[in-house]
Amino acid sequence: MPDVTLTVDGKQITAPAGTLLIEACKAAGIEIPAFCYYPGLSLQAACRMCVVRIEKMPKLATACTTTVAEGMVVQTETPEIVQARKATLQLLLGNHPLDCPVCDAGGECELQDMTFKYGAASSFYAEPKNHREEQQWSPVVYFDRPRCILCYRCVRMCGEGMDVFALGIQNRGSSAVIAPNVPAHLSPDQLAHVDCEQCGMCIDACPVGALTSGTYRYKTRPWEMNHVATVCTHCGDGCKTTLGVRSTSSGAEIVRGDNRDKSGINGDFLCNKGRYAFDFANHEGRITQPLVRKDGTLQPASWEEALSVAGSRLKELRDSRGGAALGVVGSNRITNEEAYLLQKFARTVLGTNNIDHHRTADYVAFAQALAGHADRAASLHDTLKAPAVLVVGGDPTTQAPATAWNLRSNVRQNRARLYLANVEPIKLRRQAKGFLQLAPYGYNALAAYLAGDEAAAAAAAADHAALASFREAVKAEQDLLILIGAELRGAELKRLIEFGLSIPGAKLALLADYVNSRGAADMGLLPDMLPGYTPVGSQSALATEYGAGTQPELTKPGMDLLEIFDAAARGNLAALYVVGSNPVGRLGIDPATLKDTFVVVQEMFLTETAALADVVFPAANLYEKGGSVTNSYGDLQLVSKAGDTAGVRSDFELIVRVADKMGADVRKLVPFGTSTGLRADMGQTRGAQSGEADRHAIWLAANNLEPRLSPFDPFAILDEVQRLVPGYNVLRLQLLSGNDQHLSPATPATVDLSQRRDLVSPSGDSLFTSGTLGRYSSMLGDLQRNQAQQLVQIHTAAD
Amino acid sequence: MSNVANTIFSPELAARFDHLVTLYPVKRSALVPMLLYAQDEIGYVSDAAVSEIAQRLSLEELDVRNVLSYYSMLRTKPAGKYNVQVCTNISCMLRGGYTVLEHCKQQLGIGHKEVTPDGLFSLEEVECIGACCWAPAMQVNYDFHDDLTPEKVDVVLEMYRKGQGKDVK
Repeated sequence: MPDVTLTVDGKQITAPAGTLLIEACKAAGIEIPAFCYYPGLSLQAACRMCVVRIEKMPKLATACTTTVAEGMVVQTETPEIVQARKATLQLLLGNHPLDCPVCDAGGECELQDMTFKYGAASSFYAEPKNHREEQQWSPVVYFDRPRCILCYRCVRMCGEGMDVFALGIQNRGSSAVIAPNVPAHLSPDQLAHVDCEQCGMCIDACPVGALTSGTYRYKTRPWEMNHVATVCTHCGDGCKTTLGVRSTSSGAEIVRGDNRDKSGINGDFLCNKGRYAFDFANHEGRITQPLVRKDGTLQPASWEEALSVAGSRLKELRDSRGGAALGVVGSNRITNEEAYLLQKFARTVLGTNNIDHHRTADYVAFAQALAGHADRAASLHDTLKAPAVLVVGGDPTTQAPATAWNLRSNVRQNRARLYLANVEPIKLRRQAKGFLQLAPYGYNALAAYLAGDEAAAAAAAADHAALASFREAVKAEQDLLILIGAELRGAELKRLIEFGLSIPGAKLALLADYVNSRGAADMGLLPDMLPGYTPVGSQSALATEYGAGTQPELTKPGMDLLEIFDAAARGNLAALYVVGSNPVGRLGIDPATLKDTFVVVQEMFLTETAALADVVFPAANLYEKGGSVTNSYGDLQLVSKAGDTAGVRSDFELIVRVADKMGADVRKLVPFGTSTGLRADMGQTRGAQSGEADRHAIWLAANNLEPRLSPFDPFAILDEVQRLVPGYNVLRLQLLSGNDQHLSPATPATVDLSQRRDLVSPSGDSLFTSGTLGRYSSMLGDLQRNQAQQLVQIHTAAD
Repeated sequence: MSNVANTIFSPELAARFDHLVTLYPVKRSALVPMLLYAQDEIGYVSDAAVSEIAQRLSLEELDVRNVLSYYSMLRTKPAGKYNVQVCTNISCMLRGGYTVLEHCKQQLGIGHKEVTPDGLFSLEEVECIGACCWAPAMQVNYDFHDDLTPEKVDVVLEMYRKGQGKDVK
């Protein structure tokens, strides 16, 4: 689009033709107020706040619906406009309750700001206000009718943005009201409700306090919280979230999750888990002191005692029975630094390759298949921009809501062509140009068919004509983005990726289930892979650096998750070290299996696994520590400490302390301090310029960072990750600025994928579950019950 | 043959709806006429009607309710067999529209938007019904009665009570 030049408030600005005046002004730093306008959603022009004077136009015009034109002369703030806006506000305030002192939105309310700015404090209306009681539409969505200013943002957000259409507008004129999709007279409790995905985007979009959140309402005021930008701990999209934190007697409590600055990889979006499911931290079952098994029962113990018991026993078992008799299970929700440290601890201190985690997607095959193809791994950003997208397997709407949001936005705003191949008629088909219904278990056959194997057609889909035209359509695309669900693994995944690579400009991504599922695989929580998908036993910088893979017994892959428990059943597992994982519950392991195994668990709750442990360390969750995580796509982001629970420690600190108690050289494990930390220089080495050290220290303190003088500083190990792990050449400034950066695997293909055991087991989480963690979120529990009730209602209504 | 299995409407109306959705470039354009015809047949727009109309137009039920609630002449509760609509807009008001309305209230024993216990009559105060030349006027179902006085109203009501009134659809 060619640029046009216009004059706004006497200032010359240029903007591409077709730009809305309100956006052009925003880009030029001129703010035009608006309630109903929301970038990315359809135009409403309902609120009349954005009126401006455009030369040669007879009346004030709405900036949100006017596109810029060459030579346009605009005034945005004249006495006439101020008067018009003031009148609009007076009308809006006609029935708006003045309960700002108790309203959740008070302090961050757009109506409040505008009233303050335009001085519409007094009103011509003397009539009593028409009060209505607040309504609870779901466990998380509350509606306060008199506060509503009918901007329709929530209606459009729910319909266009979420493709749910749970909110509408009913009645007319001054009786008009936002209405949910379960009307009171059809509801068993005679109250109106929403039957929806409970994402809370309507609350986010609401410019006033008409829609409020069940987790946050009436709890605190915005200015009483600290706002910490971090990454959501739930699904593999890794959305940036802002946690509102308040001090309590036992630390710092998270009272709100939202998407305050919208600066993250997820743009406007945050789903119900990111918004509400942070309450597990305050669950009554939270372990807040170390537990040691004495006389057959787990009993509270001092830190010193618990660490000594764990350290000395692990050392004893390693020395007596060898590293091959030890097993380590890592987590999908710990930081990259912790995952790296854990595998380093396993391989150098415990001396074993028996390390694994709950795999939710086959990233080894993904990395191997993409080896040698730079720039072919997609970022989450690509889902918003790609001209065409193919989604094979998975169900982004429930498993990766931000991905689904971006795909819907891309289709709506850029007319992207979306192709889906799935065994289920997933919801995204409503946006799809092509939907291919696969035969049950038809994914592998589809991969073969796409790659040119005509014989696979029969097993791929029942409708062969549809299958053929689907392949033609996909092959005709360029710059195709291919998203792959966890259904495809190993050699079949590689086959599909190879097909993808044959399409010019195609980019690929593999979707996993948890916030750092990708990071866990990247950081080598695998028995046959060192960090960065470096095969165990190969010559590599990692091997030379810390001796991993050089000891004879460590040149061979260790036991995987299932083999570890098989060994335990045979009595061959002396010790098991579990960090933030629940394999006993997840795999349905018989408790008797571990009767001869010394089990150490770092965990938040007494899970099935922790209940069998000999030592349990109370661990911090992802919201209570710093570091970095990598989402399904390979986008690396900073995790910052928000909440704090007394009595718990980060997994990082716990691993270091246990290693210390085992007699390991902590300095080798974590290169902290200036003598070994390669990039931990604080300026001391600069002689005359050493004043920089002080400035640097001030900068660190101002950014909530510590100088790397502590063995518990994740950034000390990030230095090592950056130096040694292929593909992790992190831009530090980008990371510390809270921005995302895209990383791609960078290892040559050397692994025979057909020989690797398939251990991928998708979590099967819905919108309202989140693995073991979800069980301890009471809000997710409420939402599950709410959903189940609604299903019952629907069935009863049908009968 | 209706496009919807187990339709709640008469075969004639179902067939009419089948045809109606084909008339517009966008299916949902048929929504308002459908609601009106459904009301004429059932007497009001029932939940079942909302549900079937939503299905016919590939809309959410919420969309149908949104439109339905906008129009004051669409009802979601049954009216009486004879729905008496008294105009009180300016011409009728000047010529005694409110007297007619008060008289109806008294005679029928019901107020605005209410139904008599026997379900025979319902009463509504409405905006202009386009009969200003013969004000005051009222409309019973789709039939007009004009140049009214309380006495004339009694005659009209009695006629309907005896089942002799026209029931224009």
